[in-house]
Amino acid sequence: MKEELFISGRANLNIDPVLHIWHWQIPVYLFLGGLAAGLLFFASLYTVLGKEDKYKTAVRIAPVIAPFALVLGLFALFLDLKHKLFFWQLYTTIRFDSPMSWGAWTLMVVTPLSFVWVALHIKDFFPNWDWKFKLVIQLEAWLQKNKQGLAWIILIFSIILGVYTGILLSAFNARPLWNTSILGPLFLVSGLSTGAASIMWLSKDAKERKLFSQIDLMLIAIELFFIIHLFMGFLASTEVQIEAAKYFLGGQFTFSFWVFVVGIGLIVPASLEIIELSGRHIPVAIPAALILLGGIIFRFIMVEAGQVTRYLY
Amino acid sequence: MRYAMAIDTLKCVGCSDCVVACQTENNVPIGYCRDWIVEAVDGTYPQLEIELRSERCNHCDNSPCVRACPTGASHYKEGGIVAVYHNECIGCGACIQSCPYDARYSHPEGYVDKCTFCYHRVEKGQKPACVSVCPTNCMYFGDLDDENSDVSRMLKTRKYKVLAPEAGTKPMVYYLI
Repeated sequence: MKEELFISGRANLNIDPVLHIWHWQIPVYLFLGGLAAGLLFFASLYTVLGKEDKYKTAVRIAPVIAPFALVLGLFALFLDLKHKLFFWQLYTTIRFDSPMSWGAWTLMVVTPLSFVWVALHIKDFFPNWDWKFKLVIQLEAWLQKNKQGLAWIILIFSIILGVYTGILLSAFNARPLWNTSILGPLFLVSGLSTGAASIMWLSKDAKERKLFSQIDLMLIAIELFFIIHLFMGFLASTEVQIEAAKYFLGGQFTFSFWVFVVGIGLIVPASLEIIELSGRHIPVAIPAALILLGGIIFRFIMVEAGQVTRYLY
Repeated sequence: MRYAMAIDTLKCVGCSDCVVACQTENNVPIGYCRDWIVEAVDGTYPQLEIELRSERCNHCDNSPCVRACPTGASHYKEGGIVAVYHNECIGCGACIQSCPYDARYSHPEGYVDKCTFCYHRVEKGQKPACVSVCPTNCMYFGDLDDENSDVSRMLKTRKYKVLAPEAGTKPMVYYLI
């Protein structure tokens, strides 16, 4: 038997006995970032496909959540910083090796774009809206004319934003649970599914609801496949990753992960949507809320559990 | 120039003098430490083997903390010493997450702090505080590029290991075994 103990008593705050340097702010941001990515993705996708009028909620109404989600998420990230007054240092450099640097700049691009997108559709909410200044009116007209181009840019950046939430974690090789390339796609799909769920919830059009219900079902199936793939990968990997998987296969996160994330967050809403699609009526709020809840619990568990997994001691 | 440290696990008695010397020399905030002692017990009684190790930042050649840092606050100094510019650090914790040795911590003032190999002493030609106080002389510090440095000579003649080599960080603190 091998046992390793600190005898000089290393007890650095938030490092020992288990790492806990990232608190609620990070999973909250990861959720809001993923949600915004999902909403912007579908808004720009259906604009690019020329179905703006067919899927009004997706293109015109739901994206109004995105800038709020991003601003709240950025605020959560700011709260997480321990040396807050130096936050501007993020924007004095671009570091290609650092996913967090990429993410900071991506947010710098996506957040204003999300405001622009909402501004272009503000007359849907306030029909008498007046931009007042001539320059703003001209700018708005120009953007309306070039909306396809804008949609393409947002489409690309929404995917980067969604993948980034996972890559941020997967780039840390010191935390075996995070150190898997499947995390990027998994977080992207999860973010898209929370976006689709919100659109489904907000939509008053039966056809649009049905489409996003189907999209959600497909995304849930992909997510389940990625989750199985994640654990298969861990179990076929090195000792530290096998140990990481054990936290979910009998260890302390087993119940919360399989019941709340996989059960209540994926399988139950998927079943409800299948029942709905087969003709029986189920209030759309139930599966949509469960997907959103599952999404946020998933991020809390991944951030918490990842910090528990380590190489030494 | 490549600074490195070799620590003789057969000579270390785990007295923690290095820990206290570091805390004093570097004014480490109370309750924190930049180096620490690990006791590794292997086997079943009565066949037991004990290894004592004084551990600290490994000043890795392939430092994940320097790569993870979004602002460039974590950087390499001359001789490969890994250090943090306090006024560039935003306290995001990316470097702390990236370190497989958990050698970094968040200083109460907000920036991230860690072992500096006592750069302020080394640049004057002195040894790091921990090395200079060790009562059993079990720690060796020096330049790996210099064949005659203490550390090069020990690594030439003794068997050694590094911690978590599988993490791919190429650590520069060697343990003589």
